[in-house]
Amino acid sequence: MDIAGFYTQSSVIIVAGKGGVGKTTVSAAMARTAARTGLSVLIVELEGKSGLTSALGHPELLTYDEAVLSPDGAEAPDGGRMAEIRARTLTPDDALLEYLVDHGLRRVSKRLVNSGALDVVATAVPGIRDILVLGKVKQLERAREADLIVVDAPAAGHAITFLTSAQGLLDSARGGPIRTQAADVVELLSDGSRCQVVLVTLAEETPVNETVETAFKLEDRVGTSLGPVIVNGIYPHLDHLEVDPVQAAALAGVALGPGEAEALGAAAEFRRRREEVQAEQVRRLEEGLPLPQLWLPNLFTTEIGLGEIDQLADALAAGLERLPEVMAGPGGRPGSAAGPRGRPGSTAGAGGQPGSTGGPGGRPKSAESAS
Amino acid sequence: MSDLASLVAGRNIIVCCGSGGVGKTTTAAAIAVEGARQGRRTCVVTIDPARRLADALGLRSLTNTPGRVEGKWPGELWALMLDTKGTFDDLVVRYAHDPQQAHGILDNRLYRNLSDALSGTQEYMAMEKLYELHEEGGFDLIVVDTPPTRSALDFLSAPRRLTRFLDNRIFRMLVLPTRAYLRAVSVATQAFLRTVAKVVGAEMVSDTVAFFQAFEGMEQGFRNRANGVLELLSQPSTAFVLVASPRRDSVDEALFFAERLGRSHIAVQGLVVNRLHPRFDARPDGSSATEGSAAAPVDASATGDGQALAALVANRDELRAMSAREEGHYAALAAEVAPAPVARVPFLADDVHDLEGLAVIADHLFGQGGPAAA
Repeated sequence: MDIAGFYTQSSVIIVAGKGGVGKTTVSAAMARTAARTGLSVLIVELEGKSGLTSALGHPELLTYDEAVLSPDGAEAPDGGRMAEIRARTLTPDDALLEYLVDHGLRRVSKRLVNSGALDVVATAVPGIRDILVLGKVKQLERAREADLIVVDAPAAGHAITFLTSAQGLLDSARGGPIRTQAADVVELLSDGSRCQVVLVTLAEETPVNETVETAFKLEDRVGTSLGPVIVNGIYPHLDHLEVDPVQAAALAGVALGPGEAEALGAAAEFRRRREEVQAEQVRRLEEGLPLPQLWLPNLFTTEIGLGEIDQLADALAAGLERLPEVMAGPGGRPGSAAGPRGRPGSTAGAGGQPGSTGGPGGRPKSAESAS
Repeated sequence: MSDLASLVAGRNIIVCCGSGGVGKTTTAAAIAVEGARQGRRTCVVTIDPARRLADALGLRSLTNTPGRVEGKWPGELWALMLDTKGTFDDLVVRYAHDPQQAHGILDNRLYRNLSDALSGTQEYMAMEKLYELHEEGGFDLIVVDTPPTRSALDFLSAPRRLTRFLDNRIFRMLVLPTRAYLRAVSVATQAFLRTVAKVVGAEMVSDTVAFFQAFEGMEQGFRNRANGVLELLSQPSTAFVLVASPRRDSVDEALFFAERLGRSHIAVQGLVVNRLHPRFDARPDGSSATEGSAAAPVDASATGDGQALAALVANRDELRAMSAREEGHYAALAAEVAPAPVARVPFLADDVHDLEGLAVIADHLFGQGGPAAA
């Protein structure tokens, strides 16, 4: 489907997933792909982490005040122009404080924080922090602060609480401004034309399990629209890894150094084993969750900077373009028939390497030679 | 015996800390397996383990009492999955003056929210459970996993945070006879409460006041307990082990921990780096081969006869480069925590989900593992 089309389906995208799967990286890559299509983006970070700014080449930590990570008209890697990308943090305490100030408590707000009374209020009304944060996101969305707001959500376990708090409050709070706020948040989260949740995972057992669970919980409790599942860290498929290194060297007319055949063989074996595991986990994810998958390539790096983000943004863009028009984003829901979709090894994966078939494990196992 | 093994042999408590997603829970369980192997009566306190690992440890649900894990070792292995709310309930019952007071608290709505809503409570209860097991469990060694919070050092400040909550002046003032000089504060407090009531409802406020009334007189017990926990953490028989993965973000977080622990006068006693890629060096003896690779000049865009070798070389080089970057992170961390022992665990193909898998990790941690293999 059309990339801009994907990003204009909803004005808010909440990126959620287990810790360590690359949520922040994916949020940044999404922001770049959207900005390349001319959409201005505001990234909202909820935990005050530094990963986002370093990934987008911004020298400083984010604060409650917006920072411009990439000015309007900045050059994209392909020479085109990008719309503006801004970012800010939005910690629950900030949101609560702002809320209290808005409700006539400016004078004592500082002391309330220092005395720990905020903790008391937040405990008396569980979920109030989440509601206030999401309420603030809603306010930003309503004010059209940007064409697209990308929210880098808290880690998986907290993501469910984070997104279901509003519903919980609606069930318990009788009236008053908090209830109104909760109702607004529920409305935002359950309206696919305003908000979608994109789950990020790795092709590993535990993250896959949690992703499937989270998807169904969000579907059941909040009625959120779920976008495609992003599977991060997929090994781009390499052909010929099954060939014996000694034979390969003979074919190429090259002599191998001492121990080199073993090293090449072990590395090939390692890679093929990883690919197999990933293919298996992708299949499990597919069985458990009828949502389109977008694969992001493993970049073989331990640090994410702007170059890496742009590589992922390219892969993301390629994957989005391959999504069938009807299937992208909201509408594909766990538990519902998801319609025709690309399978690993065919069209759905963003393999990220020219000439690769895009799928982890690329080929059916039967084609692998016995080793 | 590796240095990490001597920690297991000589300490009573090992706290595993590190950011989320680096394999902390698995590491804690593997350390506990080593404890049982060394013949010690060991208990591991896990927080939210992956399902199959929980099954393997016989942890069907949240428990407040450890369950025995059977295995072929001379010692004993016990495990529990932390039940935050249950632990808190036990604490309330322990410090209440009478069952009536305990009831009043356990039934209070604000109290029922506490374990979910007050951040740091889970960390506090993990430490509380540790304290209780240490005092009453008769274990030689207790290994604690810590919650995957952003600042996983919350467990050091969590006890204080809770006692501060329970000590909250604004609210306690409501239930104490007001002295004249406090009247000014009290007026502000009343105004504050009126505002809060407007925002969250009067019922919430009355619940809150009732909670503090019910808790009256128990803070001291809680405070003493919290101090006991902190004291236990800073004893020489307690060791902190940092767990990290060899990625920039994880390393930064680990460095932050090490520094933060240092400020609390606690030294990191061990470092575990998980998920290291193998090196795939050309020399079978494991020494690194930096040159002399005859296949190095292979053209990666080769076609036909050279294709297979080019692919094999490209893959090896990619993985090797990855490994080299990881080694850089690893070295930086190891230097930071020196002279603490460091253990390396290779990237494993599968999640650890049974005792056998834990034994493999333990082999890597405690030096019976061979060279890192795929």
